[in-house]
Amino acid sequence: MTALDVTGLTVDFPQPGGRPFRAVDRVSFSLRAGRTLALVGESGSGKSTVVRALSRLVTPTEGEIRLDGARRTRGADYRRAVQMVFQDPFASLNPAHTIGHHLHRPLLAGGKARRGADVQRKAEELLRSVNLTPPADVARKRPHELSGGQRQRVAIARALAPGPQVLLADEPVSMLDVSIRLEILGLLDRLKDERGLALLYVTHDLATARHFSSEVMVMYRGEIVERGPSDEVILAPRHPYTQLLASAATGSGVSREEARAARAARLAARARRDAERREIVVGDGCRFRPRCPLAMDACARRPPEAEVGPGHRALCWLPAGAGTAGSTNSCA
Amino acid sequence: MNDSATHHSATENSTANDMVLRAEHIDVAYEGYGGARPTRAVRDVGFELRRGELLGIAGESGCGKSTLAYAVARCLQPPARLTAGSVIFHARDGGETDLLALEGEALRAFRWNKLSIVFQSAMNALNPVTRVGRQFDDIFRAHRPGMSGPERRERARALLDMVGIDPARIRAYPHELSGGMRQRVVIAMALALEPEVVIMDEPTTALDVVVQREILDEVERLREELGFSVVFITHDLSLLLEISDRLAVMYAGGIVEYGPCERIAAGAGHPYTQGLLRSFPELTGERRALRGIPGSPPDLRGELTGCPFADRCERAFEPCRTVAPRPVPLPGGGYAACHLHDPDHIAAAAGPLHEGSQS
Repeated sequence: MTALDVTGLTVDFPQPGGRPFRAVDRVSFSLRAGRTLALVGESGSGKSTVVRALSRLVTPTEGEIRLDGARRTRGADYRRAVQMVFQDPFASLNPAHTIGHHLHRPLLAGGKARRGADVQRKAEELLRSVNLTPPADVARKRPHELSGGQRQRVAIARALAPGPQVLLADEPVSMLDVSIRLEILGLLDRLKDERGLALLYVTHDLATARHFSSEVMVMYRGEIVERGPSDEVILAPRHPYTQLLASAATGSGVSREEARAARAARLAARARRDAERREIVVGDGCRFRPRCPLAMDACARRPPEAEVGPGHRALCWLPAGAGTAGSTNSCA
Repeated sequence: MNDSATHHSATENSTANDMVLRAEHIDVAYEGYGGARPTRAVRDVGFELRRGELLGIAGESGCGKSTLAYAVARCLQPPARLTAGSVIFHARDGGETDLLALEGEALRAFRWNKLSIVFQSAMNALNPVTRVGRQFDDIFRAHRPGMSGPERRERARALLDMVGIDPARIRAYPHELSGGMRQRVVIAMALALEPEVVIMDEPTTALDVVVQREILDEVERLREELGFSVVFITHDLSLLLEISDRLAVMYAGGIVEYGPCERIAAGAGHPYTQGLLRSFPELTGERRALRGIPGSPPDLRGELTGCPFADRCERAFEPCRTVAPRPVPLPGGGYAACHLHDPDHIAAAAGPLHEGSQS
C-alpha cells in the first residue's frame, strides 16, 4: 500500500540578484507502508530539502504530495501522519523539559491520550517500545542526563507519539558513536515492521542504506540520478556518480594491497584540478558532466531516465544508448 | 613498567634508528569544577611511531584519542593536565628530544618544524579574515625568519600545488574554498616546514565520501614522496584498516588492542575491537544480521575496577569485573588487553579465543 506519493517535487530558493537556486528538481517517488526507502547523496545534494518539503517546513515550488491518495497536506492530520527524526539528538530535544514532557505534548495534541494517568501510561509505553527502561525513571530525566543514543531513542518515541504512517529519518545516526548506530537503525527497522510505517532513510552512508532498505535513490545536485532495489543500485551501479560513490566508500572489505592498487589507479586517472572542476556551473545537460570520467557530447543535453533492470533506472545517456555501444561499464 | 595492571603500553622492541616518536605511561586528567573529581581521560598509554609509518588510533567519542594526541604535541590547555609520562622524539639526524621537558623558545622552535598537527574541522583551523597566502606567511615569518617575501610566496604556491590546489588560490579567503579544499590547505600548512611527524585528528570526518577518499589518497601520496610519519586519529575503524600500518584501539582512556593492521583485520583479539568491526556493515559483502555494542562507556572520573569494557562485553567472565587485564601478546604481532588471552585466566574462559575473519 502506498502511504505517500510524491510527484515532480521541485524546490527553489531565492538568491539575491539572480535566478532562484533549484535545490530539488522534479523528484518523484512513493513511500510504502512497512518498507524503507533510502535517499543517498553528498552534502548539498538536496536530500534534506526533500525531507523538509515533505514535512512542510519549506513550501515546494512545484509538485504534488499525496497522502493515502489525497492531497491533504495542509491540515494537522498531515502533520500527525508524517513525522520526523532529526539528525542531531543534542539539538532536537529541549534541555529545559523532562523526557516525559517531550512525549506528553504530542500525545495530547494529537488526541492520543487524556491528561493525567492516561498520558503518563502512554508515554511509558512509547519509552518501552524504544527500549528505554525503566520508563518511569527515564520520563523524569532531562536530555542532558541521557547519552546520544538514548536521546535519539527519545526523539524516535516522540515521532511515534502522534501515531504516524510515515517516518522521515534525516541522517538519524550520523551524530552517534559507531558502536550504537546499528542499534538505532535496528530499532527503526523493527518499529517499521511492527507499526507498518513507511520509512524514508536519508543518509550519506551507502553501506547502511543497502542493509536497512529495500530500495535506494541516489541524489546529485537536486536530481535523482539512480534508483532501484538496494542490492542492484549499490552492488551493480549504472550511473557514473553512483559508481564513484561506491568506489570511494571505505570498508568494502578489500585488503591493504588491493586498496593501494586502487589508490594508484585513482591518482593516475584523476585530473589534477579535479577539486576545483566541480565548482563549475553546468547549465543544462547532465549535472554530473564536469566530474564524469565518461562524459561525452550527448551529455550537454538533459539525460533521459533509462531502464537498466527491473525497477532499476539511471538518469544517464550511457545506458540510454547514446555514445558507442558497449561503452557502459558495469560495476566500479 | 609500573605495578598498575591497567598498563596499556604499545611499545615493542625495535631498533632506535627506525623510531621517530616514543610515548610512555601518558596520563592526562581534566580538573573537575569546584573540587569535583578529575576526569582521567588518558590512563597510562604508550605507543611508538616508526619512521615513515602510519599509526592509526581508533576509538569512539570520549575514549581519549584526541587528548592523547594533544598531550604528545604539547597542545593541552587547562583544565587538561598531563600528570605523568614521557615523550621522546628521535630526529632524523640521530638527536633525541624529551618533548615534555621543552619550554619557551625551544618548544616554539620544535613545534611545526618537527611535529605538526592537522586539526579536526578545517573550517575552524583557518582564520576566516585573512587570505590563505597570509596564513602561510605567518608560518614562515615565525619559523624561517631568513626567507624573503618572494621566497615565502613561492614556497606557499608550491605547497598548494603539491596538495592539488591551483596556486592562484593563494589570494583566496577560506570561505571561498570548499570543505575539501580547506582541508587540503590545512594539510599543506602542516607540511610547510617538512616535519617528521604529522598528527591528523579526524582530518576527513566532516567531508563527503568522495572528497574524503581524495584527501586520503593525497595523504598517502605525500607520505610516500616526503617520508613523514603520521598518527591518524579517527572513529572510523574501517577507514584505518585500509590506510594504517599499525593500529591502536582505545577504550575508556587506554589502548585495549594494538598490532599490525593485517592481524587486526584478519582476527581482532579484543571483544571491543570485534564489536567495532561488526558495527561497520560491509558495502558489498553478504547481508548478515547487524548489531552494534549495547551499553555505553564507563565514567572516567575516579578509578576503574577490572576491565572497563566488562559491562558491555558478552564474553565477560569471572576475573573481568575485579582484575584489570594486562596486555597479552598475540600471534601475528601486537597485543590485546583482555583476560580471554591471558594464560593465567584462560582456563576459566569458555569458547574459542578468536572470532573468525571479518572480511
